Amino acid sequence: MPSLKDLKNRIESVKNTRKITKAMQMVAAAKLRRAQESAEASRPYTERFNSVLGSLASSVGESENAPKLLSGTGADQTYLLVVLTAERGLCGGFNSNISKLARQNAQTLLAAGKTVKILTVGKKGRDSLRRDLGDHFIAHVDLSEVKRVGYTDAQSVAKDVLSRFDSSEFDVAILFYSQFENVVSQIPTAQQIIPASYDNNATDEKSTFYEYEPDEGAILANLLPRGVATQIFAALLENGASEQGARMSAMDNATRNAGDMIDKLTIEYNRSRQAVITNELIEIISGAEAL
Amino acid sequence: MAQTMQFDLVCPERRLASLEVTSAQIPGTEGDLTAMPGHMHLITTLRPGVLKVYSSEGDQEFVVTGGFAEVGEGLTVLAENAVLRSEMAQSDFDAMIKEAKNIYVQAKENFVSEPGPVDEAAKMMSDMVALGDEIGLNAGR
Repeated sequence: MPSLKDLKNRIESVKNTRKITKAMQMVAAAKLRRAQESAEASRPYTERFNSVLGSLASSVGESENAPKLLSGTGADQTYLLVVLTAERGLCGGFNSNISKLARQNAQTLLAAGKTVKILTVGKKGRDSLRRDLGDHFIAHVDLSEVKRVGYTDAQSVAKDVLSRFDSSEFDVAILFYSQFENVVSQIPTAQQIIPASYDNNATDEKSTFYEYEPDEGAILANLLPRGVATQIFAALLENGASEQGARMSAMDNATRNAGDMIDKLTIEYNRSRQAVITNELIEIISGAEAL
Repeated sequence: MAQTMQFDLVCPERRLASLEVTSAQIPGTEGDLTAMPGHMHLITTLRPGVLKVYSSEGDQEFVVTGGFAEVGEGLTVLAENAVLRSEMAQSDFDAMIKEAKNIYVQAKENFVSEPGPVDEAAKMMSDMVALGDEIGLNAGR
């Protein structure tokens, strides 16, 4: 049975923990709002870009000399998995869910006899994948210095991926990130970025004839690398919002648990305090009776 | 006939401008062009240059470095990087020139046998320098 002093110390320390988790939750809430705003702000660009690219791709895509970024290399032997995770932990299952999805995919591909290469963005994903798949790592992008993810960060990741594609280091690239649904649910997602697959549902409404300058092929060749950067950027922003959302709900839970624990410990503390008093009373009374 | 058209300038990170304009001058890869309401539907890529829009509330100028423009019912410019000309500082411009130079140097090293990419990079460089001349910033030649 812990002494009264021990109990008091424990209550104090749990109270301190609750203060910290509460503060983290509020910080995450503020950051989440900002992350959502920037995700919102990037949406017009991404949507327009994809619709133009989609209509271009459907008109050029079927021809034989379509760019490799669109039609693929004609093989699917080597896969590049681009795993986007956070730089920090303490955000619930956010990082481990992405890593889990990436790991499952990698194992399926390996079992099918494919070659797998992994590029990690964010420290946490690298750490959790290293044990199983460390031999497949080819590069790591560190964003821990970056306060707010910008388009240039996405561009540098894209540049790295594209230069590897140009030197035919891989045939297919898959992006792993977490889609932000709401604060309590973030969906880990795998998205193929090379060869690009744009939905062509835009074509029927956009049947208007466009003049292209320079010609369609040149524009497509110009836009496809940008498309990779745009997709990575969108994924990074989604990931940022998801991370903060996950951290917010994790910290909310932690705060609540700490509160429960304080209640339990307080009851225990009061009970044992009363037990001590009762004991003392019994001692006094039995002492008086003995006289 | 419509006297104005909807003009949107969007970057990956934010929407920079959205207003009704009477005409806009776009720095296309194959030359400048001016789009007015009722212009033929057109998609063009951009070179580094100055995008000018004219509206009843006054004119605005933006420095854009790449991307593309879509002329349809309205005009949508998707720029990779765009700044208001008045907010463009020498330091920003220096950074842009430096990057263009890097690309050029790399292209020269990597594509010794093919002139294509080197020419592209050289054109990018000279576009940047011309852009600097136009907005009155020094390219540090």
